Amino acid sequence: MPTNGYDDRKNRSNLGSHLKQETSVVGRPLMKVDAMSKVTGQAIYADDIHLPRMAYARLLPSTQPHARIVRVETSKAEALPGVLAVITGRDLPIKYGILPVSQDETALAVDKVRFVGEPVAAVAAVDEETAERALELIEVEYDPLKPIMSIEEALEDTEVRIQEYGHGGNIHKMVSLQFGDVEAGFAEADYVREDLFFYQGNNHLAMEEHSAVAHYSPDGKLTLWSATQTPHYVHRALAKVLELPPSRIRVIACHPGGGFGGKSDPFHHEICAAKLAMLTGRPVKITLTREEVFYAHRGRHPVLMWVKTGVKKTGEITAMHFRSMLDGGAYGSYGVATTYYTGALQTVTYKIPRYKFEGLRVFTNKPPCGPKRGHGTPQPRFALEVHLDKICEEMGWDPAEWRQQQACEPFSLTANHLRITTIGLKECIEKVVAASGFREKFRKLPYGRGVGLACSAYLSGANLPIYWNDMPHSGAMVKVDRGGGVTVYCGSTDIGQGSNSVLAYVVAEVLGVRPQDVAVVTADTDLTPVDLGSYSSRVTVMTGNAAIEAAQNVRELLFQAAADELGTTSDQLDAAGGRIFRRDDPGVGLPFAKVAQLAEARFGTLAAVGSFTPPKTPGRYKGAGVGPSPSYSYTACVVEVDVDPETGWVRVPTVWIAHDIGRALNPILVEGQAEGSVYMGLGEALMEEQVFRRNLHKIPSMLDYKSPTFLETPDIETILVETNDPHGPFGAKEAGQGPLLPVPPALCNAIYDAVGVRIDELPVTPDKILKALERKAKGQDPRVGPTRMPHVEWVEPIYVEPPDLRHDPSLMPATKPT
Amino acid sequence: MKQLVALRVNGELHEVYVPVHKTLLEVLREDLGLTGTKHGCELGECGTCTVLVDGEPILSCLTLPVEVQGRDIITVEGLATQGVPHPLQVAFAELNAAQCGYCTPGMLMSAKALLDRNPDPAPDEVREALAGNLCRCTGYVKIVDAVRLAARRQQGDLGAVVEEIERALNEGVVREPGS
Repeated sequence: MPTNGYDDRKNRSNLGSHLKQETSVVGRPLMKVDAMSKVTGQAIYADDIHLPRMAYARLLPSTQPHARIVRVETSKAEALPGVLAVITGRDLPIKYGILPVSQDETALAVDKVRFVGEPVAAVAAVDEETAERALELIEVEYDPLKPIMSIEEALEDTEVRIQEYGHGGNIHKMVSLQFGDVEAGFAEADYVREDLFFYQGNNHLAMEEHSAVAHYSPDGKLTLWSATQTPHYVHRALAKVLELPPSRIRVIACHPGGGFGGKSDPFHHEICAAKLAMLTGRPVKITLTREEVFYAHRGRHPVLMWVKTGVKKTGEITAMHFRSMLDGGAYGSYGVATTYYTGALQTVTYKIPRYKFEGLRVFTNKPPCGPKRGHGTPQPRFALEVHLDKICEEMGWDPAEWRQQQACEPFSLTANHLRITTIGLKECIEKVVAASGFREKFRKLPYGRGVGLACSAYLSGANLPIYWNDMPHSGAMVKVDRGGGVTVYCGSTDIGQGSNSVLAYVVAEVLGVRPQDVAVVTADTDLTPVDLGSYSSRVTVMTGNAAIEAAQNVRELLFQAAADELGTTSDQLDAAGGRIFRRDDPGVGLPFAKVAQLAEARFGTLAAVGSFTPPKTPGRYKGAGVGPSPSYSYTACVVEVDVDPETGWVRVPTVWIAHDIGRALNPILVEGQAEGSVYMGLGEALMEEQVFRRNLHKIPSMLDYKSPTFLETPDIETILVETNDPHGPFGAKEAGQGPLLPVPPALCNAIYDAVGVRIDELPVTPDKILKALERKAKGQDPRVGPTRMPHVEWVEPIYVEPPDLRHDPSLMPATKPT
Repeated sequence: MKQLVALRVNGELHEVYVPVHKTLLEVLREDLGLTGTKHGCELGECGTCTVLVDGEPILSCLTLPVEVQGRDIITVEGLATQGVPHPLQVAFAELNAAQCGYCTPGMLMSAKALLDRNPDPAPDEVREALAGNLCRCTGYVKIVDAVRLAARRQQGDLGAVVEEIERALNEGVVREPGS
């Protein structure tokens, strides 16, 4: 646990890019602004909403993995007393989907079902029990089609198509990009290595099951309260599918009870609740059961990977070629972006001068995969970091030292034209190695115990929006009340990470008031400026910058009003401690509320807006939109394991994690993100898997879907590294996703250190360890993992000349005035 | 079939006329309006719906109201005394032991049962006692810290607690050694 810095009343920033050198709010371990409401049970989640005359709805799941719908007969259900409305796919035929290129979903299946659990009909009734009974009275006649349940089957069978669009057959998307002559790179290498890996899919398993409440008022306005991370995209989907003007739809995101990417798509139940509210004239609630959450899914894609890397004896990488095959499930969701992400960020940690990526995503008759914490990057990061560990082993290199030597340089470009700003990777490695005692333990612990190291990078928000437009990604409005209260309005959704608190902190810092004096209004499409949503680790950087700009704009009005009273000019003033005062003579000042009154008298109602648009992206090729970010966070992780060679059981006593956060706006919140990421990464590495048997989800319940409890979760030591990124609000970068990425490969590298076997397939269940140990005992390759990639005809790559990877001072932005 | 059930929840007596198979969880949330108690699986797997019955943590999704008539039921809404939050609530808020906050009510009830029988638990005792409550956000680290911080504090009067919360909101948490 870091303890330093917490007693300092003032925290210093090395960089004056934004505002002050000294801060009084930013950097402090403050309680979240909504913490007390959550610990007293007063925070309202979607299922907590009870409206007068509210009806309850349930969805009828498909019993078939792949079938034509011949007939849906609803008359018996409609006749059941207490049933208010029954709808089928014919009532909501308009297609939608999160990405403009994958508008392939309907709220209820029309003509065809594509996975077991896909909703076919919906019933609204006076209570949930009646709705359930009505579902049993709906008759659906199916004409079964051949189910396709794996990547191999999808690639083999081009006759039976799950979707009628995409690359052809059951390939949804194929990508091929090449940056430089990789073959020449391999030719000049002293050692070239190829490896295969598989990362199983898994579910977010947010504690809260998805829920939505819709209300359609007699004046033709629709309101939807939902457990969503992306109210803006739900707003757009509702307008499209229900054919209502967006001006008559209001989407309010309640506190989501956990998201992790699982509440980022527009969902069946949200649209059905809205339609049923319109049909019945009553508020309608739908809350999914846990089993239905496993069908709604959008979780981690299962990915099969192949990687080939060439290195010089001196350590430099000469070239890398990476292939990935994603099992997408039945619909598009974010999958096209996910496919690109499995190849985008390999280049952002270590210098890779030539790089080739080929990726594809297939459709299968399973619930759709989508974005889960790390979105398409934990899988390749697992492959890459284990692969590099094997190279270091082969070459006799120290894995920590080698990674430090090969780390990318600050303010540089990568082979695929991503722009790196600050990079604290070397410092992260140094600190995590020191804290864990890695050098004293690595290859030195007794048999059964081991340590492993891995590193990673992640985006602080995607530079390009999900739908093409040139508007800001985030907007904020700050209003100052004549009593001295401040309200910040922003479309962002606090999913527990503390984004509401971040808004309060940055506005309080700029205006010199206390966070508690700042009211926060968020995630309401009627009240708040658009923010694209809580995904891609974009919120702190984008809403933080937007809120700073709004606060600075309103502060300018306050300073102008105060300047006359204080006998100076506005540029000579500062705001702190609830006062606005002369910088040259801090004793001369006025209380904040007094200045607010002067400013309102002079300028009228006090409010200002701010917005944030990410910087322009250097890459100019098709596919260059996935990967660029204002900044990248960096993480280094050491996992220690205790492997029982008799049972194959892996116990993890301690994980050390060092994260380059740019600047911690609140260290206790950043630690929370790192700890949660380590926990979730270990869950994926050791036990969590969304798997199927005979076309059915094998384990759609929390008891059978294993996740770590208090007892399986290790001690986690978090170290924060600050690099003060010029694009971040007060220097901040992301924390919510990056720290998950190095955990699975560090675990597998530690298992190799402990018992000398390579498990190249997640999750690492005890049976795999035993199998590998058995192979080792027989003198075979002590490895468990995939042995081949299915053959495919890859499309001709788009060729792009790579840039110079060296540090380039022209990439550093001009420092803004304080 | 419906039945009249008398429940004493957070010290208040409620009489509800409910179907006999309706769970205590549903009655608390839907009939009594006590939505602080959450649900995550409806099958007794996640601990989110934990409430106290005569001081013992139970899963309200697996409990029928008729089973707990005449007994003392405490939910998260009943943790505060005369508006003064319980030390566990303050510690959870201060140390960021509640991220999305959804598992928090259940977690607090299991933690209260632990502190009532063991006022100074070791970290492993906290982990053992709370192992039936799942949390997906925190990695459990700050929850263990918060339970131990609460154990070290005595319940204060309203003025002192409000001051403590105010300080945590505006100045930050002062971490105690060994937390």
